Amino acid sequence: MIDVEHLSKSFGSHLVLDDISEHIEQGEKVVIIGPSGSGKSTFLRCMNLLETPTKGKIIFEGTVVNDKKTDINAVRRQMGMVFQHFNLFPNMTIRKNITLAPVQTKLMGQEEADETAMKLLDRVGLKDRAESYPSQLSGGQKQRIAIVRALAMKPKVMLFDEPTSALDPEMVGEVLDVMKELANEGMTMVVVTHEMGFAREVGSRVLFMDGGHILEQNEPHAFFANPKEQRTIDFLSKVL
Amino acid sequence: MEMLLDLLDKLYQAFLYQDRWRLYLDGLGVTVSITLGAICISTVLGMVLCLMKLSRYKILRWPAQAYIDIIRGIPVVVQLLIMYNVVLLNVTDNKMVVAIVAFGLNSSAYMAEIYRSGINAVDPGQMEAGRSLGLTKTQTMWHIIFPQAIKNCLPTYTSEFIVLVKETAVVGYIALTDLTKVYSAIQSKTYDAFGPLLIIAVAYFCITKVLSIIFARMERRLRTSDRR
Repeated sequence: MIDVEHLSKSFGSHLVLDDISEHIEQGEKVVIIGPSGSGKSTFLRCMNLLETPTKGKIIFEGTVVNDKKTDINAVRRQMGMVFQHFNLFPNMTIRKNITLAPVQTKLMGQEEADETAMKLLDRVGLKDRAESYPSQLSGGQKQRIAIVRALAMKPKVMLFDEPTSALDPEMVGEVLDVMKELANEGMTMVVVTHEMGFAREVGSRVLFMDGGHILEQNEPHAFFANPKEQRTIDFLSKVL
Repeated sequence: MEMLLDLLDKLYQAFLYQDRWRLYLDGLGVTVSITLGAICISTVLGMVLCLMKLSRYKILRWPAQAYIDIIRGIPVVVQLLIMYNVVLLNVTDNKMVVAIVAFGLNSSAYMAEIYRSGINAVDPGQMEAGRSLGLTKTQTMWHIIFPQAIKNCLPTYTSEFIVLVKETAVVGYIALTDLTKVYSAIQSKTYDAFGPLLIIAVAYFCITKVLSIIFARMERRLRTSDRR
């Protein structure tokens, strides 16, 4: 579904991603872990071109995402993204936050979008907050809304950039629950996270990144049970 | 007691005697007209300049930057005189039009910077969120960035509006009789400076105070989504 070929990204003279190649299958739940500054967020953000790769190719279902001729907006409509800081639109109600993109991109009419929004909100238990503003919600609620907002576009893959890192500890669970449910429904997911429990339980594959490389990867149980690289062992000993 | 009577007499001479208040009213009309005309120009042109400056194309950015630099680097009186004696010399005799154009063009440069800082103050994550949903840059700007930027701009926009009201006091240089210029007309008759100056000062203060009250109210209304 997503092919990454020899991807490099540098900010000025600082090389953040160093010649990464990776393939993500439909239905996979790829969890990316690693120390901060390892390039994991940048890697994720390259997939929907929020960061422009310096070298290499990102191919999404046969389309070269970082080709100048590609309609990047059309690609992004099929790739949902959830951010660390939610990035809800504070000037709109929750309902409007969710329906804006489907309506503006002519994916749905306002009525259909409203219906979809209510259905999705019901699923995450926030139906009664449709007419609230983001500032009236807790962090966990905001992030669940942000997930719903991305889902309203009916994406084929969901990218999560540290979705629980900005949350109070007691709110992490409610967001992870929504993500687990999404995973069970078969959504293809790429998740950058520090939640090792989530990686173990939900991930179909864990990638460990350090210094702009994917240092090691494995099926989660094997990955956590016997990591091979010394760097991975060091990292896991600190976070587990 | 005597001082108070003297003061009242001066104010009477300066304001009521021979219906002199009409002069202030006319002057006030000129001041307000120039300000409103200029703010209309600068609100729109400022936005155009701001968008040019934020453009990814150098050919748009560069002229906007040059315009802003030049306008900000020259006193508004000089710009007014240049407009009157050079640029619009053979275009129009209407001093009012000259003043409105001069102040409008001047204020635009400041407005452009006010808008730009308002837009830049919006969290970059908002643009990313909009774009990640497949909205175009224009759609994201229009639905997400601008509404938040307006809120950021409003306090400085109000200041610029108030500055503009006061700056128009120099139109006497092209012989327009605005509120400030009424002073000469009255003083030449009464030989008293204090009366007319006090009245004029109070009048300016009232205009700017009313403006700031109106805009403060608008700010509160726009902030509802943050507060609830």
